[in-house]
Amino acid sequence: MVNIPTKLISLIPALPLVGFLINSMIALAWARRRKPVYPEQGRRVSEIVPSIIGCALPIASFVLSAWAFFDLREMEEGASLSSGSLFTWLSTPLFSVDFAFLVDPLSAVMILVVTGVGSIIHVYSVGYMHKDEGFARYFSYLNLFLFFMLLLVMGDNLLVLFVGWEGVGLCSYLLIGFWFTDPEKATCGKKAFVVNRIGDFGFLIGLFLILFAFQSQGQSGEGIFSYSFLTANKEWLAPLATTITLCLFIGATGKSAQIPLYVWLPDAMAGPTPVSALIHAATMVTAGIYMVARLGFLFALAPFTLHVIACIGLATALMAALIGLTQFDIKKVLAYSTVSQLGTMFLALGVGAYSAAIFHLVTHAFFKACLFLSSGSVIHACHDQDIRNMGGLFKKMPVTGVTFLVATLAIAGIPPLAGFFSKDEILWNTLLYGSWPFYGVALFTAGITAFYMFRLFVYTFLGKTRHPHPDHIHESPRVMTIPLIILAGLAAVGGFLGVPEVLGGGNRFHHWLSGILPVSAGHEGNPALELGLMGLSTVWALVISLLSVGLYSRRLDWPAVLTRRIRFLYELVYQKFKVDEIYDALIVRPIRVISEKLFWKGFDEKLIDGFLVHGWTDTAAFSARLVSRVQTGLVGHYLLYFWVALVVLLVWAV
Amino acid sequence: MITIHHYLVLSAILFTLGLLGVVIRKNLLIVLMSLEVLMNAINLLLIAISRYLGKMDGHVVAFFVMTIAAGEAAIGLAIVVTLFKNRRTIKTTDWRIMEG
Repeated sequence: MVNIPTKLISLIPALPLVGFLINSMIALAWARRRKPVYPEQGRRVSEIVPSIIGCALPIASFVLSAWAFFDLREMEEGASLSSGSLFTWLSTPLFSVDFAFLVDPLSAVMILVVTGVGSIIHVYSVGYMHKDEGFARYFSYLNLFLFFMLLLVMGDNLLVLFVGWEGVGLCSYLLIGFWFTDPEKATCGKKAFVVNRIGDFGFLIGLFLILFAFQSQGQSGEGIFSYSFLTANKEWLAPLATTITLCLFIGATGKSAQIPLYVWLPDAMAGPTPVSALIHAATMVTAGIYMVARLGFLFALAPFTLHVIACIGLATALMAALIGLTQFDIKKVLAYSTVSQLGTMFLALGVGAYSAAIFHLVTHAFFKACLFLSSGSVIHACHDQDIRNMGGLFKKMPVTGVTFLVATLAIAGIPPLAGFFSKDEILWNTLLYGSWPFYGVALFTAGITAFYMFRLFVYTFLGKTRHPHPDHIHESPRVMTIPLIILAGLAAVGGFLGVPEVLGGGNRFHHWLSGILPVSAGHEGNPALELGLMGLSTVWALVISLLSVGLYSRRLDWPAVLTRRIRFLYELVYQKFKVDEIYDALIVRPIRVISEKLFWKGFDEKLIDGFLVHGWTDTAAFSARLVSRVQTGLVGHYLLYFWVALVVLLVWAV
Repeated sequence: MITIHHYLVLSAILFTLGLLGVVIRKNLLIVLMSLEVLMNAINLLLIAISRYLGKMDGHVVAFFVMTIAAGEAAIGLAIVVTLFKNRRTIKTTDWRIMEG
């Protein structure tokens, strides 16, 4: 096999950028037109160019990524591909940063997921966004999203990662608020942006602390933020490691939607559904997981932070899963499911099972993308998102129904689908971490996941049709169903990447990453126990799934019946624990009041505008008016002044 | 006996009257005449001091001043006539276009 020229590595992120540039120019050209883009005839023609550009370039990126991946596999362990320094980005007396790309086993996995799942979502979008006014704009944003995500995972230092980190934040804003003429949707975009900025602030402080840690010990260096330098000199960071990692983790809670910054993700459903799939499966929200895994050597120095991460992850997983139980918006359920699954990944990171977290990230990308795209297909057919108005869609949309079912089985943890292996590895590692309560809660959460996913499936696809116009519902076009089939296939078999040793699989995924990620310190598991727990979680998932199917296929209104007793609790969960309201009361409103009353009306209007700006101009204008009284326009007066001045001068001179 | 002092005092009185006329009066013709008075006060001073010192320089300067006064009167009257033609008034208070 021909080795990939290292220069070509830079093309992997560059190609989507080119796509963005071309499509944004097309979008601008469209926006300038007086006439609508879609006259009644020839609709298809104007979509062909943006579709081809928007899809071909990410696919080309995927091909290059696969090439790099297979090259990497042939090479000896610990090897990586580096583009070398493309250019020196920043050079100061304190530090210098080169712009360089790196493909090592970890980023190889990430770029395959990002470009692979990303490309599938791009192709699907061609069908989903058909006849949308912003077709070209949509594809340009999507490509830009991919570009920044690839920058994030491929950068060989923290600052390039940060550029991608901010970039995906920007793109999420652009895409969530894609239909910006609807103020509600635009607000959701803003919310995602602002909440992410809060997290990014923590991240930024972490970066400064790293710089500070090196400075305070008299260290400065070329490429101070590059991973190789950080790994080689991590002992310099050790004194500040806990603070640094906590700050970085705050950034991760923002990007990856963990407590307390998860509130933007459910609102991110305002964007087009493929965007939700892209954000939830392949790009943005995985950034926090990737960052923690990438800096695993640093987090390993801070056991306290890891413990915090595990707790937050577990709490998020449980809380989001509970909220997911009660929602009726098909996408909202999936959104809370994502928050919950991300919590599980953070739990894995917290207990030191880095490769399990990345493994779950990959399988989650498969089945969550499949779920979102399937739900997109349903929304496309029903023009509705409320599962109470669906039902019985399986017969009308068999392909969507099957793919949704496969992905549901996968996320519920039914063997041998993808979710089972990755989730079970996390559960097993949680136990190895030495905490039965953690294991118990995680297992319980996995059960809730199975429950609400089957609830969603039954509500949507089984029973009688509750849709007001059932005859209008048709299966989606092939450009949408083929991506669904591919993703469902991946969701079904993706787990075989990492079959654990107990089952005779040798856990290839774990070994692939073992050179990069720290391995949790020597817990030797008991194979019999591991097999037993595997059986337990399988039975648990099956029982809960069957329970859910059984309950919901009989009566859809049983929660109302069941929860009459605990009405208050149910309402609390249904209203998402009122977290948004609490944030609104505790943070948003006080800040707004302070900003408006103190900073705007008081500080800005009174002091800056009133005193400093208008104060000086008013003084000048007032003195000018005073002096101008002297100018009467009467020659006699002027002569008088002249004479008086002359006398004064003479007296003064003599 | 009339001494140099009498001339000085007379000149001062004439100058003050001329100045007052220029500053106070509103009729432009009167203002112009007052200007003549001002200049004649200076001429008187020049000649008186010149005689007192026994030199002719003052006389010469006085003739120059008269020439200039004649020219100034011609131009001044032309301006006054133009102003009057424009607005049918030669009151200075009606011509305050330089007001601040």
